[in-house]
Order: sequence, then structure tokens, then C-alpha cells
Amino acid sequence: MLAASNLSCIRGTQTLFNDINLQLDAGQWLYLQGENGAGKTSLLRILAGLSLPAEGEVLWQNAPIAQQRSQYHQDLLYIGHQAGLKEDLTLTENLQALCRMDGLRISDAAIREALTRMGLAKRQHLPARVLSAGQKRRGLLARALLRPAKLWILDEPFNALDINAIADVQRLLKAHLASGGLLVLTSHQTPDLGIDAPGFILNLSVPR
Amino acid sequence: MPVLAAYFAALQRDLLLVMRRKTEVLTALFFFVIVTTLLPLGIGPEPDLLRKIAPGAMWIAALLATLLGLQRLFAADHADGTLEQMVLSPEPLSVLVAGKITAHWLVCGLPLVLLAPVIGLQFDLPADAIGILMLSLLIGTPLLSLLGAIGAALTLGARGSALLVSLLVMPLYIPTLIFGAGAVESYIAGLGASGHFSLLGALLILAAAFAPWATTAALRISLE
Repeated sequence: MLAASNLSCIRGTQTLFNDINLQLDAGQWLYLQGENGAGKTSLLRILAGLSLPAEGEVLWQNAPIAQQRSQYHQDLLYIGHQAGLKEDLTLTENLQALCRMDGLRISDAAIREALTRMGLAKRQHLPARVLSAGQKRRGLLARALLRPAKLWILDEPFNALDINAIADVQRLLKAHLASGGLLVLTSHQTPDLGIDAPGFILNLSVPR
Repeated sequence: MPVLAAYFAALQRDLLLVMRRKTEVLTALFFFVIVTTLLPLGIGPEPDLLRKIAPGAMWIAALLATLLGLQRLFAADHADGTLEQMVLSPEPLSVLVAGKITAHWLVCGLPLVLLAPVIGLQFDLPADAIGILMLSLLIGTPLLSLLGAIGAALTLGARGSALLVSLLVMPLYIPTLIFGAGAVESYIAGLGASGHFSLLGALLILAAAFAPWATTAALRISLE
């Protein structure tokens, strides 16, 4: 479903990576490894359609993503390494705004339930600026519960999370894969995605 | 209509953010009030002279007040990653951008229109000229927001973007300034303002059609 051919990325005069080919089908995951600066985030942004590769193209359901941006973004959930929350709004308002700008109508009850599942029931009416980094991260991951998307692209989803939260998120990821979803992620700790889910590890090396 | 819902979502979100942090908006409004209040004090009580410079002075103050907060239009969303999420929305980015521009006008442009009658009294403008001034601001300030959004998007992420955006947008504002202030001046001179209004209106329609689209293209480049 998600495929990429001959992707290369150039930053300044440096080639971060080139000739990356990948093919990911329903229920499969791709785990990007590599040192800092190896181009993991750049590759994720190219896969999400946020930046263009220097060469090559990304295909979603056999068509280039540039030709079907709206459809592709409907199927995509991307969570970058920035918080992605407005500091002055509460978690509920943040999620409500994000979902509505995606063209979805989500009830407050659904948001409350998603936040409860992420362990944030008591924090839902606090402005995001008073929350810890881990709580913000969990709040953002609650989007995954609100928005049906086939492909999840997550940049460091376990960052700043405590052990319990990591276990929760891993359960969430496993359930997503079990229901036929696709997952692309980077992480500095090896995620446990279950033995049944087939996946790949892509190792990016820092250009010398 | 999901597209309309997305437009209002972006609009409502930005208005809510302004309500939470009022000082940023009030800065621009205070600037407008202070400049237009100090001017008559500095020039002295000569009603004829004040009446003559009133339209130009108020339009320049409105223009500078708009420029003041322009750079933050996308910079804040860029810094916290919410702009990325807007780009990834299934709804067209230009619709969300149009919502943000509308919010910017409601917050930075409309209050200037509403303040104009009070400020106009300080310049001893007659009531009917104040009406013309308000109308010219009502057509002209959305134009300032629309054109400014293009500049804000182009300079996003650049160093010294506050200065850059002024340099970039100022030349685009000149026609608005000339026709906006000119409408009031020619009305006071007894020539009628309909020609100026037609041109301002034409500019507004053109900008409303193309500015969100151009802003979107600029944002995509800046986010690369």
C-alpha cells in the first residue's frame, strides 16, 4: 500500500540518504533506526508528503501521493517530534480544533473518552502549557483514537513517556497493526510490536 | 459542507487563541490609537491642516498597526508544530489559511474601522467624511490582511522575518494606501469617492481570490 522508490534526500551539500526503496502492506510496520542526524525525520517528512525528495517518489495505493494529497492525508496520521498543541488551549480544545480542521465532527464525549484512555481524564481542561512533556505527548497520541487512519507515521512516539505510558502506546500500536493498519516509526528504544506483526527495520547511517 | 466546517474551525481556533492572549492584539490597537492621538497634539490646533492630513495619517497608522503583528500570523503555528498538522489536513490548506486570514482581519482590521469615528473627531473631520473613511477602511483593511498573509508565509522561518515581512509587504500596500486615503480626500474636495471605492473593491476581490492560494504555495515552500 505504501511504497517508495529511489528516494534520496539532500540537505545543503550533504546527501543524507539515497536510493531508498520500501514496500509496506496492510498490518506491517517499518522501524527506522539510525544515529542523530542520519535523516530519520527527513525520511518521515518525505513519506508524509511534508517535504519533497530530491529524487524518487512515494506511492500510496499505487498512485503518487502528490496526485492525491487529500485522499492520502485522509488515510494518514502523522505525529512529529514537535508537540503540535497550542499552549494556550486546553487538551480538549486542541483536539477539537485539530479534528475539525481535518473536516471531522467529533463530540466532546468522544474526546473525553480518548483522553481518559490515555490517562489524562483529570487534565483535559488544563491549558497545554502547564502539562509535562509526557502528558502533551499522550494528549497528542489521543488523536490516534479519534481519527481513523490506515497509515500512522510517528516520530519518536515514546519520547518523554513513562513506562506505563509506553506500554499503553505499544498496545495501541499493536491493535492498529492487528486491524490491518500500517505503521512507520522512529524511536531510540526498540519498540515491542509483537511477534505476529511482520515488519522491517531500516538502518540509516550518518553520511561521512 | 466539510470545507466550510474546516474554514470555521481555523477561524474559531485563532479567535479563541486571541481571547486567551489579548495583549498581542491590544498592542497593535494601542499603537494605532497612540499614533493618531499624538499627531494632532504634535502638529497643533489648526483645524484646516488637521482635516487635510487626517485621511493619510489614519491610513498610515492603520497600515503600520497591521504590519506590527503580521509576522506572528504563521510563526506561532510553525513553532509549535500545528502548522504541520494543518498542511496534513485532508481539507485544502488554502481554506484553513483563509480562516486564519479572516481571524486576523476580525482581530486587527475590524477594530480599526470601529475606532475610526472617535479618532476622526480629533482631526475635526465632518461626520460624512468620517463615514467615507470608515467605508474605505472597511474595504481596505481586509486587503491589508490578505496581502500581509502572503508576506508572512514567504518569510516564515527566515531570520529577521519581522523586518523582511515589512520590506516585502510595504510595496504591496501602497495602492491600498493611495486609494484608501484618496477616497476620503477626494470626497472632502467634493469630487466624490466612488472611483476610489471601485478600485479598492476590485483590489479586494482580486486579493480574496488569489491571496489564500498564493499564501498556501508560500507556506509549502517555507515548510520544506
